[in-house]
Amino acid sequence: MIEFTFAQIVEGLLLAARWTVLLSLVSFITGGVVGLLLLVLRVSNSRLLRSLVRIYIEVFQGTPLLLQLFIVYFGLPLLGIDVSAWMAATLGLTFFTSAYLAEIWRGCVEAVPKGQWEASASLAMNYFEQLRHVILPQAARIAIGPTVGFGVQAIKDTALVSIIGFAELTKAGTQITNATFRPFLVYGLVALIYFALCYPLTRYARALQRKWHAAR
Amino acid sequence: MPLVKTEGVEKQFGAHHVLKGIDLTVERGQVVSIIGRSGSGKSTLLRALNGLESIDAGSIEIDGEHVDARHADLRALRLKVGMVFQQYNLFPHLTASENVMLAQTVVKKTSRKEARAIAQQMLERVGLGGKFDAYPDQLSGGQQQRVAIARALAMKPSVLLCDEITSALDPELVGEVLGVVESLAREDMTLIMVTHEMRFARAVSDNVVFMHEGRVWESGPPEEIFGRPSTVELRRFIQ
Repeated sequence: MIEFTFAQIVEGLLLAARWTVLLSLVSFITGGVVGLLLLVLRVSNSRLLRSLVRIYIEVFQGTPLLLQLFIVYFGLPLLGIDVSAWMAATLGLTFFTSAYLAEIWRGCVEAVPKGQWEASASLAMNYFEQLRHVILPQAARIAIGPTVGFGVQAIKDTALVSIIGFAELTKAGTQITNATFRPFLVYGLVALIYFALCYPLTRYARALQRKWHAAR
Repeated sequence: MPLVKTEGVEKQFGAHHVLKGIDLTVERGQVVSIIGRSGSGKSTLLRALNGLESIDAGSIEIDGEHVDARHADLRALRLKVGMVFQQYNLFPHLTASENVMLAQTVVKKTSRKEARAIAQQMLERVGLGGKFDAYPDQLSGGQQQRVAIARALAMKPSVLLCDEITSALDPELVGEVLGVVESLAREDMTLIMVTHEMRFARAVSDNVVFMHEGRVWESGPPEEIFGRPSTVELRRFIQ
């Protein structure tokens, strides 16, 4: 058994936490971009596009993230596509995040009154101009709270990718525990780090919501 | 040639036959009021004129833009047709001037500088030159509706549609909006309005159209429609 000092444990965890942060950021950004694209199709006039996107969303919302990660990580190599743990993690999280964000944002778009569509249409704006200049800016204000809320969820969900062997915070916690046999201390610290990442975001979401609320 | 001409326009919502063959002609510079009970199809007709409702049969021609059940270039049509709504529908995240500027810059690709100048001019025209930077929720209903009129006018439409634009207003605010409409009528703007303000319709209209059960039941100059109604339905309605 290797001896670890407390400082070494903390250091090991914090180094691994960088991967958690990076993974969260990357999957949130790519998931957000894909989610926005899905949203635009989801509220479009084409019935075919709308149902395709609905199927995508229902598949990724209706199956466990863990299974999606398994399928990407273990399934794709069988088709001859080589995926690293990092690739599998970001891909899986992107699918998952985009499906959720698209659905959250659709609710926000639908909360914008119909009269806004009609008024902008009457001014000869096309669909994308309406979305870009009239509908999305209003939907965005409604979306801030739930979006940041989901972001917090997404950070915690990155813990799942430890299962496919990606060395983020939770995986590092397991490895250090295996070496030190001090699960309570190590996992406690892991939990604390997650909390330190999520709590400011939750506070930020609340502050933003108050601010937008006050500014109409 | 008439500015607006509809022939046999029909519209059905499911089993409900809302428009049963509407023939309507409006000359350039005319003010036409459409009156009738709720459910008579007058709002649907107005909304069909700028393509907010598609039509099932018939044709619409506005300033050279042709629309029928199969073909509609809505963008071209809507550049000719402005619309003001009962609920104003201003963009709440934009100031009064930004509301007036938006479609100019986005659709017509007018420069911001020019769009600003037009916005100033239009807001002054509706008596709101001082509310340039106000957000909609800082304005009264009457002021919001006047901004909505300025927003439509800024696109330089050939015809302006007004859909019960004073119906959502407190009584004391109706006058300021009707005042703006009246000044537009005097400036030879072509106006088609659905209204419940009978006295106003009588005073400013060149033509009044009485709709009943999805048809143009009676139409003519206001003195005739209000003074000598020839059908019992119209007589009952204006009583």
